[in-house]
Amino acid sequence: MKKSRFSRIVFFLTLIFLFMPLIVLVVYAFNESKNMSWTGFSLVWFQRLFTASRSIWRAFWNSILIALSSAATATAIGTLGAIGINWYSFKLKKYVQTISLLPLILPEIIIGVSMLIFFVGAGLHLGLLRIYIAHTTFNLPFVLLVLMSRLDEFDFSIIEAARDLGAREHQTLLKVIIPMAMPGIISAFLIAVTMSLEDFVITSFVSGPGSSTLPVHIYSMIRTGVSPVVNALSVVLLGGTAGLVFLMRPFFKYITHE
Amino acid sequence: MKGSEVRIEGIDKHFGDFHALKNVGVDIQKGEFFSLLGPSGCGKTTLLRIIAGFETPSAGIVYVDGRNILPLPPNRRQVNTIFQNYALFPHLTVFENVAFALRLKKYGKQEINSKVEEYLNLTKLTGQEYKKPAQLSGGQKQRVAIARALVNEPDVLLLDEPLSALDAKLRQHMLIELDMIHDKIGITFIYVTHDQQEALSVSDHIAVMNEGRIVQVGNPTEIYESPADIFVANFIGEANLFNGTVTAVEGEMVWVAVEPLGILKVTMEPGDLEGTRDFKPGRRVSITVRPEKINISLEKPADLPADAFNFFPCAVDEVIYNGFQSKFFVTIPDFARFTLKVFKQHMSYYSTGSEINWKDKAWIWWKADDAYLVEVHDA
Ligand SMILES: Nc1ncnc2c1ncn2[C@@H]1O[C@H](COP(=O)(O)OP(=O)(O)OP(=O)(O)O)[C@@H](O)[C@H]1O
Ligand SMILES: [Mg+2]
Repeated sequence: MKKSRFSRIVFFLTLIFLFMPLIVLVVYAFNESKNMSWTGFSLVWFQRLFTASRSIWRAFWNSILIALSSAATATAIGTLGAIGINWYSFKLKKYVQTISLLPLILPEIIIGVSMLIFFVGAGLHLGLLRIYIAHTTFNLPFVLLVLMSRLDEFDFSIIEAARDLGAREHQTLLKVIIPMAMPGIISAFLIAVTMSLEDFVITSFVSGPGSSTLPVHIYSMIRTGVSPVVNALSVVLLGGTAGLVFLMRPFFKYITHE
Repeated sequence: MKGSEVRIEGIDKHFGDFHALKNVGVDIQKGEFFSLLGPSGCGKTTLLRIIAGFETPSAGIVYVDGRNILPLPPNRRQVNTIFQNYALFPHLTVFENVAFALRLKKYGKQEINSKVEEYLNLTKLTGQEYKKPAQLSGGQKQRVAIARALVNEPDVLLLDEPLSALDAKLRQHMLIELDMIHDKIGITFIYVTHDQQEALSVSDHIAVMNEGRIVQVGNPTEIYESPADIFVANFIGEANLFNGTVTAVEGEMVWVAVEPLGILKVTMEPGDLEGTRDFKPGRRVSITVRPEKINISLEKPADLPADAFNFFPCAVDEVIYNGFQSKFFVTIPDFARFTLKVFKQHMSYYSTGSEINWKDKAWIWWKADDAYLVEVHDA
């Protein structure tokens, strides 16, 4: 009895600890006043967000654009890469496999700095293009990881069977390998979108003036004082994220599968 | 006759340092049910994969109807494979699995429907069209794999231990079905198995393989009754082997000294002692006697002509009752380290003669022409 009450208390404390900041944030998004004292319920910050915050929305659409395009690119390259690494043998295969997964454990700040140095050295000035390339790069290892574990479940003899039944190499890819890997491809894509949307460290290194994504933009807004508009935006994003997680549910088993 | 003739010549295959196939050559006739039989790891799958095009031999040629097929990729060979683990496409329904090859060939809708139905019918899968492979039983998956390969109307069908994943009863059943399908469509079947019963029961010809070599090719009776060497004799069915030295040859009769049993008599077939099987006095040989060809009884057999039979007193060490037969494990006095197997069929309801039990003293005998001589290759 005692023990179960104790664990229940710990459980609730943990929940409060985890979610209190979010609750505070949500509550203050509906506060009328600009500072931390509660003066009454209001939707004024939402109104401000949707009508008078062009730069936020520009950053928002940048984020979406970057997320979708970099995730699509990373998924395409990563899928083909995973198929190659998994099912075809070539020289240095082991090294390619290791190196391609290295960025997973590399500190983001190092990736960020190295990307910046690379872009400066390459004379690439377009902010959005830089961010797109950077996001594609850091998403690639995740896509590879998800797809390689998905492909691992399938027997190579399925590919041989397709060839045996008359499929040429590209037909095998289009009619067998890709449809079979589709759940993995979708979940890899969704992970890549999420990672890209929430990335801050790397993006802040490579983004230029006028080409920031939402996290970087919010950070720059907050440096000049917390605006409740950010709270309102956070509520909108929270809702959006929850919706996305809900949509992703069927694919969770492929993500967590080892 | 449909199907193709397959001719394998001088195939060698190395995997790094490992020599998996050693100068393998065999002729497979149009439309026959040909088995590759051998223990695990002897290279059966490797040979099959070379024919299918998934593996390139280090040397040698594979001809199908006189044409070298080695330069062709797997998708351009008129050869289809049934894989050991079925290798069905998990994302496609049974219908689509079977239709796969036809869609690649851009057949019309009508034609695809009628052909797929025809082969689903042949493999007794009607009604399962819209299931996914994961929803099928092992036997059904096997049938889909068969239908999927046959719908292509190949000249040669390669089967790699297709029944090994099924339970014993179902295996029997599917084997008979495979044989019936073979009879119906008449193409060449090359069937890989390590189960000698399967191979003996359905094959027109069998190639017995061991350690990357083909050691004997023949029809089931030849393989069983005239094994080429000790390996084949032991691998196919059960055998009693006596090692000895030829002391005399007269006509078809060979006398072999087996220590410490004495002289055993073996009658060979006319002509069998010519050519390569040259059993001169002094040759080391092995005599094989199949257990079912040895008679056993409690009384000493009377009236057996001594020059046509071998007989010995023995002690019964073990009796195993199997319903249709009894297996006796017996030893001959002075030869106790060597246990002989004797199988006695129960041909009639009442057993003939008195019943033989554990620890009885009994007599065994066999006809000189029921034994077979095998050369011993001195190692
Ligand atoms: N890709 C490969 N690389 C290295 N060795 C291989 C390869 N494929 C097969 N071998 C080796 O070649 C030998 C023959 O293999 P194979 O698969 O042909 O045997 P098998 O007769 O089909 O045996 P089983 O009855 O167990 O299926 C084995 O010793 C195996 O280890
Ligand atoms: Mg095999």
